Amino acid sequence: MAETQTLREWLLTETPTSRRHAKMSALYQGWLSFRSNTMAMIGLGILVALVVVAAGAPLIAPHDPFVQELSNRLAPLGAEGHILGTDSLGRDILSRLIYGARITLYIVALVALIAPIAGLLVGTVSGYVGGWTDTVLMRITDIFLAFPRLVLALAFVAALGAGIENAVLAISLTAWPPYARIARAETLTIRSSDYISAIKLQGAGALRIITKHIWPLCISSLIVRVTLDMAGIILAAAGLGFLGLGAQPPSPEWGAMISEGRRFILDHWWVATMPGLAIFTVSLAFNLLGDGLRDVLDPKAGE
Amino acid sequence: MNVINRLLTSAAVGIAVSVSSFAAHAETPANMLVIAHRIDDVTTVDPAESFEFAGSDISRNVYNRLVNLDPLDLGAGYKPDLAESWEVSEDGMTITFTMREGVKFHSGNPVRAEDAAFSLQRAVILNKTPAFILTQFGFTPENAADTIRADGNKLMITTDKRYATSFVLNCLTATIGGIVDKEVVMANEVDGDMGNTWLKTNSAGSGPYKLDGWKPNESVTMSANADYYGGAPAMQRVIVRHVLESASQRLLLERGDIDIARNLNPEDIAGATGADGVKVVDELKGRLMYLALNQKHPELSKPEVRQAFKYLIDYEGMRDSFLKGQYTIHQNFLPATYLGASDENPFSYNIEKAKELLAAAGVENLEVEIGVREAQERIEIGQSFQNAAAQAGIKVNITVGTAKQILARYRARELDVYLGAWGPDYPDPQTNAGTFAYNPDNSDAANATGLLAWRTGWDAGGLTEKVAAAVTENDRDKRVQMYLDIQQEFREISPFVVMFQQIEQSALRDNVTNWSTGQAVTSAAYWQVTK
Amino acid sequence: MALSEDNNGRRPSRAPLASHVLPFAKATLLTLGSIAVTMLGLLFITFIIGRVMPIDPVLAIVGERASQSTYDAVYQQLGLDKPLLVQFAYYLWDVLHLDFGTSLLNARPVSEDIARVFPATLELATLGIFFGVILGVPLGVLAAVRKGSWIDQIARVVALVGYSMPIFWLGLMGLLVFYGILGWVGGPGRVGIFYVDVVPSVTGLILVDAALDGNWDVFKDAFSHIILPASLLGYYSLAYVSRMTRSFMLEQLSAEYVTTARVKGMSEWDVIWKHAFKNIRVQLITVIALSYANLLEGSVLTEIIFSWPGIGSYITTALLSADMNAVLGGTVVVGLIFILLNIFSDLLYKVFDPRAK
Repeated sequence: MAETQTLREWLLTETPTSRRHAKMSALYQGWLSFRSNTMAMIGLGILVALVVVAAGAPLIAPHDPFVQELSNRLAPLGAEGHILGTDSLGRDILSRLIYGARITLYIVALVALIAPIAGLLVGTVSGYVGGWTDTVLMRITDIFLAFPRLVLALAFVAALGAGIENAVLAISLTAWPPYARIARAETLTIRSSDYISAIKLQGAGALRIITKHIWPLCISSLIVRVTLDMAGIILAAAGLGFLGLGAQPPSPEWGAMISEGRRFILDHWWVATMPGLAIFTVSLAFNLLGDGLRDVLDPKAGE
Repeated sequence: MNVINRLLTSAAVGIAVSVSSFAAHAETPANMLVIAHRIDDVTTVDPAESFEFAGSDISRNVYNRLVNLDPLDLGAGYKPDLAESWEVSEDGMTITFTMREGVKFHSGNPVRAEDAAFSLQRAVILNKTPAFILTQFGFTPENAADTIRADGNKLMITTDKRYATSFVLNCLTATIGGIVDKEVVMANEVDGDMGNTWLKTNSAGSGPYKLDGWKPNESVTMSANADYYGGAPAMQRVIVRHVLESASQRLLLERGDIDIARNLNPEDIAGATGADGVKVVDELKGRLMYLALNQKHPELSKPEVRQAFKYLIDYEGMRDSFLKGQYTIHQNFLPATYLGASDENPFSYNIEKAKELLAAAGVENLEVEIGVREAQERIEIGQSFQNAAAQAGIKVNITVGTAKQILARYRARELDVYLGAWGPDYPDPQTNAGTFAYNPDNSDAANATGLLAWRTGWDAGGLTEKVAAAVTENDRDKRVQMYLDIQQEFREISPFVVMFQQIEQSALRDNVTNWSTGQAVTSAAYWQVTK
Repeated sequence: MALSEDNNGRRPSRAPLASHVLPFAKATLLTLGSIAVTMLGLLFITFIIGRVMPIDPVLAIVGERASQSTYDAVYQQLGLDKPLLVQFAYYLWDVLHLDFGTSLLNARPVSEDIARVFPATLELATLGIFFGVILGVPLGVLAAVRKGSWIDQIARVVALVGYSMPIFWLGLMGLLVFYGILGWVGGPGRVGIFYVDVVPSVTGLILVDAALDGNWDVFKDAFSHIILPASLLGYYSLAYVSRMTRSFMLEQLSAEYVTTARVKGMSEWDVIWKHAFKNIRVQLITVIALSYANLLEGSVLTEIIFSWPGIGSYITTALLSADMNAVLGGTVVVGLIFILLNIFSDLLYKVFDPRAK
């Protein structure tokens, strides 16, 4: 062994010296294989750019996204001072898109927190405890799965009032059951493994086993699933916005922007198309990323 | 390669199937009128119950009334329809109608005074939403048999006091005045419902059209009544199809698949105007767009604040941009073309003036919620107002909801500000005066949810008596002056910011003539239309 | 996911209904029991939603200008003055007698309304899934066979674009281009307006009715109207179906028996179709069934844009106007379809897939 080992070599070693070392090494190798996936890297790049844009919105945006100028409404692409034109109230579309990135990230972050965690809780408890608990929890999951998702989301938003937080909750409410199913399936396989039996013999309680040993093992497949679902979540939020049940005006939420702009689609197509493109790009980025992650984290489910 | 070739071939066949062209360029048949319209508000076609716009369109073409408005001469006011003539008793309380002879219902039954009496009594007894149009004359389910009665060829109605005759007759031109076929309706009675369940989806009229079918949120089809007493209509068949999107309506029109598109937005009107074979017809409608400021709110109830809000509306900016061509500035509660309507619009967009008024009232850091129905033009009016208010230091939060959601809160007097639209119910000034400027009991217990003044928590500032007086005045000129005075005062003191009056722009194929949506006074008529 | 009409939301459930093999009769009973419980839960939640909605159903019926006495009369007529559980019990009793009540808004029996709107959705969804499968499966197989090639990349892009495109935007643009500009297809609605009600409604599926009636003009017209929305929905199913097909195929193609078959000199066509593809059929049917179930839920946005009177927009409209009888009726139908398709795919697994046993 050479005295001066580079970080790269240390990470790529085939004889890890500690548990942490092994973990780091595995992560790095995953990263290497991920990095070789051009598509996934493009996805990641777009998302990083999105975060940067959202964070620096006040610096980047050329205009205040809320300032109206009725005399200069529906300005075309490339109009002076408004590269992407203006909307029905004469607001700068580019600036609204930039500020809208914040809302999109907010939605994505919240749903990504709520739905998988709820699913994980229900799924692992159901899978680990089994018996009646399992039957009841899975029956509830089935009910929510069988629900027309639309009715559920709409009803929820209608009941609590339109708004971005409620839209997020509504989407989470429709999104958790598949995660619960996945988590349960994973738990069932893990539960009967020797490794868990060994820990049980050491006297570990159910809570400890679920949180310390089962959850970490379920996480990777959930991450892949969530990333692939993200596009759907963004589109769902946009859909609620389209029906007037998402973000409230004058918030520059992308779906609401499409909804506002769709009235002009025949003569002023860019008003709806620009936010449409934004949604498309971000959704695509999440899909590319999810596809790549699946290759790395969960090879058996993918290619 | 073999595999791939075969796969590619199958894919290619699939694609070819999916894109090949099947549509032919179309023109609607010469004797058929095809209309694209939003008809999702239709909940019933029973004239005693129907109260929404698209439902009224159906009734207008299916049912005759005692007196009616001529679509080609709406300015003339009511004219004889099923009643050939009428006389008013000396005390002014009883009107005796003489029925037109020889008119038949679609069923073949003759139209009798008895049918007319039954129809009006029925509307009073059923007491559905529009019943107030009749019951305001003192008719009740208990006295209906005495106050509305038939005698041979005569129909007599007796009101509880003397009203302007024109007021009574104007009310009878409303949908609820539709005359139904007593025999057919009662043959379909279930559990003493006077045929209500059956008439919700069927028709029993004598009008120029028979209702063939109404599929909710889908279509309404009618066919011509060849025996119509006024002559068989030119259009043998009328189809109204529910098309929600303006863009879809415009595409259908430009392709020649429909004759009339009724819900084009200003941008699509502008686009369609240049299209081949399309023309646009404007009609001033009765619908007003207004803000209502809740008088239970400690700040909004200050006179200066009420006044300030009237300067926070960019009237011209909105009219010339997203409302272009479809709304005109109007600041009075009586729509233009109504008897006694004022055309004075003293308020203009003036932030400085509003600031002064707010300062005079000692209002600072005001934050209010405005309820807006989920309709694009209203959301934009709301945002424009929000923008203007912000410049005067008022923070406005917009809450968008479905019609029913927002309305329920308005009726419960919960909203700070409501952005509303109001259409008159019958072509008499009382229809709006009696709701905007009339509120005899402003207490919560009164629960007069039908009155806009009550919903706004406004005691009508002494206008209640004036409105009550105007409705009984039989001298036309005096009556006009009374309404002008009421509107003058209303503009200055009321918590209502009346902003716009609607113009309906119908886009038609250029061969369609005599189209009428009924202007401010009534609904659309089809029987006079030719192609 | 509620409105995006992607198929991501649900993957085939591999969790069998019971974890061990039970005698057939007992399994059947268990299945029926679980359907009943699920349906009951579904109804109850929908019912509660209807009651906690801030939309006043009475107001929805009587409108803005009703007097208080009119309002009160309707309030009692709807039985809203009774306790919640009593209302639910009444409702359940009616449903058990296949009576979904009358729509609060248009006074028609809900069952009649559903019989009218569901065929519209069924027709659209069926054609959509047909397009999705007919294009998606070959595309997926091809992508798997030529993994990493340009075809694979194109298939991936096609699918990911499908996952990522807002359907309402694509729908409007499609309408503009193919109907407005090119005039290749029919416009919004199920048939051209002068073909409305021309053929007698036997099945409610206009294409089928027209064919039964032998009226090929109507058939042609109806087809020109359905083709665009169906292609659109088809594209979304295609995205999902092709990705899943590719996944399943890759798994098979890397299996030993495939190598063996190849070594034995079996033609590539036979290897792919007679062996690998045969083995993924069950999984694939599950995927397709779920995709189909999603389409049958009704795709509200597509329905709005294409003025398609289907069950999705029916339920939405009903919900937003507090017409709870209609919402409940629609939910029962959609829920039942989903549950049945789910059970169907579970059964397929049990019967054909040894691993599930």
